[in-house]
Amino acid sequence: MSKLQALTNTVVNWVDDRFPVTASWKAHMSEYYAPKNFNFWYYFGSLALLVLVIQIVTGIFLTMNYKPDGSLIPGTNVSVAFNSVEYIMRDVAGGWIIRYMHSTGASMFFVVVYLHMFRGLVYGSYKQPRELIWIFGMLIFLCLMAEAFLGYLLPWGQMSFWGAQVIVNLFASIPVIGPDLSVWIRGDFVVSDATLNRFFALHVIAVPLVLLGLVVAHLVALHEVGSNNPDGVEIKKNKDPKTGIPLDGIPMHPYYTIKDIFGVAVFLVIFSYVVFFAPEMGGFFLEHPNFDPADPLKTPPHIAPVWYFTPYYAILRAIPSFLGTQVWGVIGMGAAVVIIAFLPWLDRSPVKSIRYRGKKFKTALVLFLISFIGLGILGAKAPTELRTILSQIFSVIYFGFFLAMPFYTKNDPGTEPVPARVTETNTSRQLAFLMYVGIAILGSFVFAKLV
Amino acid sequence: MKNKIARIIAACALLAPLTALAASGGVALDKVELRVANAESVQRGAKVFVNYCLSCHGASSMRYNRLTDLGLSEQQIKDNLMFATDKVGDPMRVAMQAKDGKAWFGATPPDLTLIARSRGADWLYTYLRSFYRDSSRPTGWNNAVFDKVGMPHVLWQLQGDLELRTVEGKAEAKGPVARSWETVEHVNGKDKITTHQLVLTKAGELTRLEDGKANMLDFDERMTDLTNYMVWMSEPAQVKRESIGYGVLLFLIFLLVPMTYILKREYWSDLH
Repeated sequence: MSKLQALTNTVVNWVDDRFPVTASWKAHMSEYYAPKNFNFWYYFGSLALLVLVIQIVTGIFLTMNYKPDGSLIPGTNVSVAFNSVEYIMRDVAGGWIIRYMHSTGASMFFVVVYLHMFRGLVYGSYKQPRELIWIFGMLIFLCLMAEAFLGYLLPWGQMSFWGAQVIVNLFASIPVIGPDLSVWIRGDFVVSDATLNRFFALHVIAVPLVLLGLVVAHLVALHEVGSNNPDGVEIKKNKDPKTGIPLDGIPMHPYYTIKDIFGVAVFLVIFSYVVFFAPEMGGFFLEHPNFDPADPLKTPPHIAPVWYFTPYYAILRAIPSFLGTQVWGVIGMGAAVVIIAFLPWLDRSPVKSIRYRGKKFKTALVLFLISFIGLGILGAKAPTELRTILSQIFSVIYFGFFLAMPFYTKNDPGTEPVPARVTETNTSRQLAFLMYVGIAILGSFVFAKLV
Repeated sequence: MKNKIARIIAACALLAPLTALAASGGVALDKVELRVANAESVQRGAKVFVNYCLSCHGASSMRYNRLTDLGLSEQQIKDNLMFATDKVGDPMRVAMQAKDGKAWFGATPPDLTLIARSRGADWLYTYLRSFYRDSSRPTGWNNAVFDKVGMPHVLWQLQGDLELRTVEGKAEAKGPVARSWETVEHVNGKDKITTHQLVLTKAGELTRLEDGKANMLDFDERMTDLTNYMVWMSEPAQVKRESIGYGVLLFLIFLLVPMTYILKREYWSDLH
């Protein structure tokens, strides 16, 4: 043993006597056994973690130069906050790349998280014994939505201002306490400098703290019960009698750490393409009207949220006001998010993975996916009569998917039985996957063109 | 499986004719040639900008010395492009107060730093070329892209005088027509087509009336310069951004992705 190794051992032993560093490494990395049949869908967990780190690091550097100040620069109609963002874009060394990484990261966070959640839906990862992982995940999703909404106000552009105005006014529609509640949230009677300052505080400290805590809880819960997999087979049921290691498990490190690095490289290609060549992403990642400074006296003709909120926004607009109040739309929008958390108890099927489920669930899932994407497209567009009716139909399907789930999953046998051990993917599965992705993308474009 | 695909394709094909319904009216925007990497064109645009736009509009996030990115020296900027200040590190502010502008024009002239990113290059290019004489307006000018705009036609000496001619139905361009476009309205279930023509009545410094035809090429070229300047100004880092981007993507696609893939295969090879 060389001297250096001996020294390393001494240091590690010294630390181990006081803090479980080796034990933690083994428990969560080198001796944490994950199913060996993870496919494409299993990249998005580690990618979400990567985007979280990108957001925190770029966010720290943005905070160094951003000024949450809604007052106008004397003689102009441009606010200090708006101008400080342009200061970052022009005068701060590397400022534009930091800001574009943060703005692209915000959208990519939702891309990655939506795909991560869809994975859970397809392979039944929320089912017993992983209900708590799903609940923590949903809380992370809620925090993420809050974080995105709060952060969107900070550039203090037209869409920042009017978007916040619309969303905070939703709270005003709650009976009795609504008007006071919305004033309490804003800190003023309109969205103003006071709102900007508190949103800044919440965006950079409060919500990220909660978010980080929840991510730790999500991972601890996951490593307690172990990962699900595309076959929905519990690998802990088949252990090597001598070693006690699951037969279908491989250590997280080095196998999945190395595989995830490959996923990171591919992700970075897409991420960098957006950052360097399409930071506005055609107005979907950075909305064009947000390059106009906030003007409380000039309402934009069409107020649309950023793409990741459009499905819920479409549900909000689809529900008409009745009994003299508009609160139903707000309730509908909130329920659309909250209902996802109840999936573990709505799904009555004994089978986890879609591979071994029956026609009823598959049909319901396709309808749900169509309605979710459809709502997303409709929510980004100005409402017309046809679009409102379509939004209403899709909203019914959206809620129907969840509320009818106990009935259509109860007796829904698949064509193949669930295998005892995990299976490897095959060409026909891969081809079918590519075909479904193709149909989904093509269908979305056709639908967006038509409505 | 095959049967299913065939059915889906057939369903899509049935929907195809519906795309024809999506056509809409409004002013058609002319496409501008984008050439922000062409420093000479952007320099010419900058000259028009400081001479004609900067008297009323500010560009409060754009510093004069950023023009050095276009290959100009600070001395050249001071001598040729700076009128409102003597500090080359100052932003392009207007001497006019925002509230004065509101009193004089009915609306505060917007800050132009980011106007190309909020309105879009094609909108600016078309807007700049669409002013016409309208005696009903306080300034005597109106704009086909932005109806009842508060801004007068500050470039009229360059472009000359234009008049708007509206004809019902389709009409051919007769006489010195600078631009023409059609709008479609749905009246009682029928399509009502209106042709709008901007007619050059008096040539300016950059336009010519030749044999009863309007020659707008030089003016359009100058407006292309100006539009490109405003696009460049809205994000001076964009030229550098794209050039760095090629390097980053080449590194990722040809080095990092294949290397991590080979590494993954190497590690996973001992599993079977």
